[in-house]
Amino acid sequence: MQLKNLFSKSKKKYATIPVETAKKDIPEGIMTKCPDCKKIMFTNELDKNLKICLHCGYHFQMNAFERLESLLDDMATFEELDRDLSSGNPLKFPGYEEKLKADQQKTKLSEAIVTGIGSINGHQLVIAVMDSNFRMGSMGSVVGEKIKNAIEKADELSIPFLIFTASGGARMQEGVISLMQMAKTSAALKKFSDHGGLTIIVMTHPTTGGVSASFASLGDFNFAEPGALIGFAGRRIIEQTIREKLPDDFQTAEFLLKHGQLDAVIHRKELKEKLGTILKLHSGGEKAWQLN
Amino acid sequence: MAVELEFEKPINNLRKKIEELKELTKDSDVDLTLEVQRLEERLKNLEDEVYKNLRPWDRVQIARHANRPTTLDYVSLLIDDFFELHGDRTFGDDEAIVGGIGFYRGIPVTVIGHQKGKDTKENIRRNFGMPHPEGYRKALRLMYQAEKFNRPIICFIDTKGAYPGKAAEERGQSEAIARNLFEMAGLTVPIICIVIGEGGSGGALALGVGNHIFMLENSTYSVISPEGAASILWKDASLAKKAAESMKITAQDLYQLGIIDGIIPEVKGGAHKDVELQAQLIDQQLAQSLQELLYLSKDELVEHRYEKYSKIGSFSFLNV
Repeated sequence: MQLKNLFSKSKKKYATIPVETAKKDIPEGIMTKCPDCKKIMFTNELDKNLKICLHCGYHFQMNAFERLESLLDDMATFEELDRDLSSGNPLKFPGYEEKLKADQQKTKLSEAIVTGIGSINGHQLVIAVMDSNFRMGSMGSVVGEKIKNAIEKADELSIPFLIFTASGGARMQEGVISLMQMAKTSAALKKFSDHGGLTIIVMTHPTTGGVSASFASLGDFNFAEPGALIGFAGRRIIEQTIREKLPDDFQTAEFLLKHGQLDAVIHRKELKEKLGTILKLHSGGEKAWQLN
Repeated sequence: MAVELEFEKPINNLRKKIEELKELTKDSDVDLTLEVQRLEERLKNLEDEVYKNLRPWDRVQIARHANRPTTLDYVSLLIDDFFELHGDRTFGDDEAIVGGIGFYRGIPVTVIGHQKGKDTKENIRRNFGMPHPEGYRKALRLMYQAEKFNRPIICFIDTKGAYPGKAAEERGQSEAIARNLFEMAGLTVPIICIVIGEGGSGGALALGVGNHIFMLENSTYSVISPEGAASILWKDASLAKKAAESMKITAQDLYQLGIIDGIIPEVKGGAHKDVELQAQLIDQQLAQSLQELLYLSKDELVEHRYEKYSKIGSFSFLNV
């Protein structure tokens, strides 16, 4: 044996394989572990708590319909728009259709966003919720089209537009067509804004890439949920480019607030009330001026 | 109260004496009620006399008082459902300026103001109410928003001035202030500005281009702090008191010069003696002012503001 080998870490000569049977002590899904504080809690208790960790307040991701149910006054009156719109494969990207099908089965959604008309605290509005369980919430033709249609609907009815963003960015499989959805959604918002429309954005974990660099940043009010990852370029790419270690809170909602990008960070439990306040403040229309 | 102002000394001395007398009557058989009554009468007269004849430098002291009510104090008393909004969407969130939306007497309004801290820790966070460019840019962003949704804007002014620092210059302090003057001139909603403490130079004016400008009775508004003026004019900052006397910085002076539209009376001894009452006094003026401006159209509002500032200035013509 050579002397240098004495100091090097000995390589493991075997790999551990978890025993399949041992894992099944607790049926899947009953317990959930918080990725932040690592504590374990009952999933149904977590769901009842709006998917906020009972111990540390970590905000778990909500899917589109969980979000709608947590906010809307009455799900029965929710009128979904473009429910049947689904993606083609414009670039004939290999394997894309299978992936879409698999995600459609997994999430029971036709695409990564749900849009529709509902009301919050009695204020009617168009609401859009992205769902990161579907292709990471990435924006392809359908996501862009549904957002554009939703904004146009809000414009037509002269009601506010509220969107919850959750997205990894552009959809790679749709290439440059995906990129152009950034311009398409932004143009729709510009037109709506010029007509005096109110747009409220709530960025949820994660909101990155082309989505953060288009409609997600263009609200009259830009809010975010605590701890949400928000940014343009990924942390790894930035670190490799500038060859520097980035701070832990880099690209969190709190980091963005400090750097002037957000109006406020709002805890999920206060969300409905605060959105209600903003809606109320804009419910008077032009010249609703009569001093009490 | 932690801070005793120079001119309040005789009042406080007399008050202390009355307290002592009261203590004394409690423990002894001597009846001093009459004496106490007489002294209390004298105290009232003394207070009236002192507070009626405040010198400019005295008012500077009141305007800078550590317990002087701040923007957020008045906001909490005057505005319902206040929702604070942060950030300039460009660089940072300057806590030396606060802004947000809420209801004033049932009308949605945008409120923006300089914000000083209540203690050292808060003062450091808020940079003692001295804004950086991002503070002015946040204010401007909220003003554009107010214009889009046709909300009147209420500005509370209370700053020693824009922060004279390296970072502030790098990010364009002058441009930020200038931009606000430029854009505020053209906003199509009513703008009402109230100086609630110190109105320090360009840093104050950047929130101060309004249809109506009011000052609290003991607030000041000047092109530079008395200390600054003294050191420029006489190379001695300790002559601030003398500078304060000659610079015409009090509400009364500015009213006479035609710069401001009115003086909001203060609670006896200064706004800090009774914040709620002070808020009511502001409320009266604000409601009246807003009522007037609500009758003006968008174009008239801009023209009204233009006329107001174009009239300010003093000159004579040479006989050639």
